[in-house]
Amino acid sequence: MATTANVKTRSEAGRSGPDVRSDLRVVLEPRDAGGIEIELQSRVAAYYGDSIRAQAQQVLAELGIQHARITIEDEGALPFVIAARIEAAVRRAGLGQGRRALPESVPLPAASPCDRLRRTRLYLPGTEPKYFINAGLHGPDAIILDLEDAVHPAEKDAARILVRNALRAVDFGGAERMVRINQLPLGYWDLEEVIPEAPDVVLIPKVEHPEQVLAVEERVTQIAARCKIDRPIWLMSILESALGIENAFAIATASERMVAMSIGLEDYTADLGVVKSAEGRESMYARLRLVNAAHAARIQASDSVYSDVGDMDGLSRWAESARALGFEGMGCVHPLQIPVIHQAFQPSPAEIEKALKIVAAFEEAQRRGLGVVSLGSKMIDAPVVQRALKLVEQARRMGALGKPTSGAGNLDTT
Amino acid sequence: MNNGLEFAQNAAGRLVPIEVNGRKQAPFLGVGQRRPEGPKTAPLVRSARDYPANGDKRLPDLETALRACGLRDGMTISNHHHLRDGDAVALMALNTAARMGIRDLMWFPSASFPAQAGVIELMEAGVVHHIEGSMNGPLGDYCSQGKMRGLGVLRSHGGRWQAIQDGEVHIDIAVIAAPTADPFGNATGTLGKSACGSLGFALADSMYADRVIVVTDNLVPFPCVPWQISGNDVDCVVEVSSIGDPAKIVSGTTQITRSPDRLKIAEHVARFIRDAGIMRNGFSFQAGAGGIALAFVDYLRGMMKDAGVKARFVRGGSTRYLVELLREGLTDYILDGQTFDLAGVQSMASDPRHVPTSPFTSYNYHGKGFFNQLVDVVVLGATEVDVNFNANVVTHSDGRLLHGIGGWQNCLFAGCTILAVPSFRDRIPVIVDEVTTLTGPGEMIDVVATERGIAINPRREDLLSAVNGSSLPIRPIQDIQREVEKICGGKPQRPRLRQNPVAVVKWVDGTVLDTVWQVGD
Repeated sequence: MATTANVKTRSEAGRSGPDVRSDLRVVLEPRDAGGIEIELQSRVAAYYGDSIRAQAQQVLAELGIQHARITIEDEGALPFVIAARIEAAVRRAGLGQGRRALPESVPLPAASPCDRLRRTRLYLPGTEPKYFINAGLHGPDAIILDLEDAVHPAEKDAARILVRNALRAVDFGGAERMVRINQLPLGYWDLEEVIPEAPDVVLIPKVEHPEQVLAVEERVTQIAARCKIDRPIWLMSILESALGIENAFAIATASERMVAMSIGLEDYTADLGVVKSAEGRESMYARLRLVNAAHAARIQASDSVYSDVGDMDGLSRWAESARALGFEGMGCVHPLQIPVIHQAFQPSPAEIEKALKIVAAFEEAQRRGLGVVSLGSKMIDAPVVQRALKLVEQARRMGALGKPTSGAGNLDTT
Repeated sequence: MNNGLEFAQNAAGRLVPIEVNGRKQAPFLGVGQRRPEGPKTAPLVRSARDYPANGDKRLPDLETALRACGLRDGMTISNHHHLRDGDAVALMALNTAARMGIRDLMWFPSASFPAQAGVIELMEAGVVHHIEGSMNGPLGDYCSQGKMRGLGVLRSHGGRWQAIQDGEVHIDIAVIAAPTADPFGNATGTLGKSACGSLGFALADSMYADRVIVVTDNLVPFPCVPWQISGNDVDCVVEVSSIGDPAKIVSGTTQITRSPDRLKIAEHVARFIRDAGIMRNGFSFQAGAGGIALAFVDYLRGMMKDAGVKARFVRGGSTRYLVELLREGLTDYILDGQTFDLAGVQSMASDPRHVPTSPFTSYNYHGKGFFNQLVDVVVLGATEVDVNFNANVVTHSDGRLLHGIGGWQNCLFAGCTILAVPSFRDRIPVIVDEVTTLTGPGEMIDVVATERGIAINPRREDLLSAVNGSSLPIRPIQDIQREVEKICGGKPQRPRLRQNPVAVVKWVDGTVLDTVWQVGD
């Protein structure tokens, strides 16, 4: 039967239409002969029509497609998106197995230290390329290319190719590059595609047992070794159920790669069958349990997202209370939330001033060989000194100290 | 039609026709190089003996009025655009002319809007010969495709006044939509159900046209107070049920963009104004109603409050954001050229510190100075800007007519001109090697603020040193261009344009700055 059929399997990927920006729809009709035939409609045809055609030819060649008719409806997509959509269409046609059409890569940013500042992590839906390119400009500590909840089950395959290309081709500025994978076993496919591009952190959703972490860790280690990736790839677990919360410490300590743990409040409240309220009283226990487990494991505790993007005052209050509870960061669903959260997580000038005084007194005592640190007439306990040292270090990393100094003791506190 | 034209290369190196619509043209000579001579044009002397002794100039309908004004083939009819996309009067006038069997009119609006797409049919039918005025949307496409019989002439708001007063354009009949008027012809835009605020764009028309018809849907007994158009210039008054769609005349509320990328640009602009030391007590600025312009005002407002700084005046395009500045005492005055939202209209009607202005006071280069020279900083848009800071605001990079010039060219004379633009739109880089259509010479553009950084014109060493050491992302313009071309996958192809001119862009002194060419198929 198949011998006479000219069209093997018609497939398509991506989106087009008047409301779509920075994406494209690709329809692929593989053939037995006749070479590559490209039909192109593009809102940027006058500027990049030739370039898009040349790229389509090249991508198809890299994927081993010699004969096909390809229809492209382009809404101003960037080259890394065009490559991803064509590759997705090819794979959906059951072709191009074992091949990848990788876009030109930008230099990798510096590797992440495990205790990096992670106040904000900006979620970017893995199927919406228009949000990728400028995400880093808004200054989040991290971006998350999300393959999980933000992606419809039917689009998982295309999203992981797009996210892989974004990891290669998009400059996210100083932001740490995170990817949220799907639950296993689907998540294995995500890892195969994205780990070769050395993301800084893999977010594991809906973790309930340490074994889930171990399974991800094992696969990450395998792929990283195979691809000779010589920089750390960290893990972050998201606990989204009552059981996950109960196992928080075991999960936090399951892997050397684990650097942070977060909570997903939508799923958690659903699991409990309670309403998620604005002030979050129903999840207070879970959040505190997670904070405690994370600190016990010497990793970071990060809060959920604040989903009302119109309510900046509510966000600010939530973030301030999160900091007060011991969280070190939050998720963001809109770039405008970033400066608000950064502000909330930054120690206040009064806190910094007080901490600097304590640190100065501590250094003075050290210098004089005194066992007791005192500030004025007050004796300072050791844990207070420790907390002050930590706060000054935090403030320094957030740029809240003004110009860097060689030691806090040099600052005149009069 | 347009073939057989002779061209000359102007001082900006652009090829421009030396004759447009039968009138000789001076090619652009360089900024400040043309010295005009001779007197202004003057309207005919009229006498009260020819007008109703009781001052009641009402006529029953527009056709009667046009007939009374002697409308005939080949005349020039003008309209103002204060009713924006809600305007019904321009089409009403031209359609009435069509019913009267008139042909070959020149339509001379202060700007056109998509609501006036019906003029295309009138051009097809021969009623309208061509348009001299901004063209965008369907009219822009029609002109770009070379379908208009004459050449389009694009002028700035100040340039339109200049062309009228210098006698380059003679208006036979001005048809002025008036939200409120009295039977004598006094008219204002601040009152009535179709209120639009200022009527400044109609002022030159009322002063220089042979005949002036005021069309209103809110007739009040004499006197209409305040009057922006003086009834002493008006021939007749026509009452109609509606001059337009109030919902499209002003927006109920203007909203700041929520696009984080555009907000980033606005934030860069505001920080630049602050850190360059432009924001200081007694300073002044101009802002329009575009998304970035509104957002920058909001950022600047916070910075002014923090620093305890007050402006002496702001120039509008007024919106509720400017009105709030006025109410909070952050500016002494709003000098308003056009009014974009309801809050602006109400403020102008009730607050004497919110002053309507005209293109004569604000923009006209052929006067003894103009207000915009006194503005410290203006924030403008552009479709393209090149590495020498030359900018395009009228055509898309593919050559299609997209926007009118508006007050854009006139604003370039401010102390500091900032173009607030995204570094690319839909993969199309905004910073280019050479602009498709030159609308503003680079020597007058000081700063290009994008989401990826701020470029300062190297000519402005003072600004460069003013922001030296600040945390602003100051970068050479070529640097931003390179980054964006890398993101977009190389330099874009150049547009394929025909050798057929479809419009010209005038500079503020009436010389021809550039030519708009017919787009390819």
